[in-house]
Amino acid sequence: MADKTHYEALQVAPDASADDIKRAYRKMARKYHPDITPGPKAEATFKAASAAYDVLRDPEKRAAYDRYGADWDQPRPEPKPQSGRQSGRQSGPQWDGGFAFDERDVDSQMFRDFFGQRQGARSMEPDQHARIEISLEDSIEGRSLPLSLQMPQLDRSGHATMTRRDINLRIPKGAMPGQHLRLQGQGAQGGDLFVEIAFKPHPIYTIEGRDLYVVLPVLPWEAALGGKVKMPTPTGPVDLTIPQNARQDQKLRLRGRGLPGSPKGDLYAVLKIVNPPTMSKKARDLYQSLASEHGFNPRSKLGV
Amino acid sequence: MKKTKMTAPKVDTIESLTLTQLTVFCGTDADWVIALVDHGVVEPLSQAAPEWLFSPAHIARARKASRLMRDLGLNVAGVALVLDLIEERDALARRLAILDAQIYA
Repeated sequence: MADKTHYEALQVAPDASADDIKRAYRKMARKYHPDITPGPKAEATFKAASAAYDVLRDPEKRAAYDRYGADWDQPRPEPKPQSGRQSGRQSGPQWDGGFAFDERDVDSQMFRDFFGQRQGARSMEPDQHARIEISLEDSIEGRSLPLSLQMPQLDRSGHATMTRRDINLRIPKGAMPGQHLRLQGQGAQGGDLFVEIAFKPHPIYTIEGRDLYVVLPVLPWEAALGGKVKMPTPTGPVDLTIPQNARQDQKLRLRGRGLPGSPKGDLYAVLKIVNPPTMSKKARDLYQSLASEHGFNPRSKLGV
Repeated sequence: MKKTKMTAPKVDTIESLTLTQLTVFCGTDADWVIALVDHGVVEPLSQAAPEWLFSPAHIARARKASRLMRDLGLNVAGVALVLDLIEERDALARRLAILDAQIYA
């Protein structure tokens, strides 16, 4: 057997039964479907599994794949008895399934489409659907992103070839996850291209609708005394005024500093009181005098 | 593979789709959309309007539903449950992200 990639993608043995293959695919689809588990890793696993299932579910295709490997669907002259030497994986077109247009025809770095038409389903629709993952900043600033897509084109003999197109996609300011952009006439055969926006997870901000949340560490005396501290916003740092005797987890709102749009989203700082990693002798003494000053028991609710 | 020049086409954001437009958008028919509405997967902006109109959030839900039904072999009731659970999970994941930042940052 030349190629086992499809069996590995479904995590089954090459002699697995049709039922085993079906079960394996269903299990992987539930676990790694991009609509269920976000992220490029799950998506790659799902794509490999569905590409594999598309071949292995069909006894004829499976037999051809077992015999010829990744290039099983390439046109080849009348089968001659293979002479001894088994050829390995040849460098053929990257799309080894039989899809008309689907995710594997698209540069996964920038641009994804996992909504491609299944082979044998409906005839090719003029509209194309795709998805792009953008950062929060891309949306806030309305950046332009390079986008690479591959279009299937049927030649005269009816054989599909892939044409690569590069598009400069201008993200509208305040674009939100789940929104669709329409690029008129940019689909295959002059149809529209629809691009669904998805957000990459952000290292600092949590996104809730148009509102953003950031956990802001403050020192105990900053929280106690109040005053100005620096805080990040997606458009640059600002001074935040903390009220006197601020609480742990207290939310402070910066109006209109979230995602642009109407209405504009807000940015919330969630305070987190932290101790400095080291303490000087003087700081210790100051804490000591504070300790003798205060009669408050923070553990009274615990009955101690 | 041929390579062509970089273009910067005009982009517009989809603000709403009518029932007919949504069926084309999802590659289905009106009965399927009506079933989604009956199960509360999507909701038109106004039930009273001459033709139903769907907001971006519901357009995204409809497409998600069509993908999940196709890839996982779900029916409408199943996909309705899955979408609800995914939304709950995502809301919890966001809360957890904030709590994680509180604890570990």
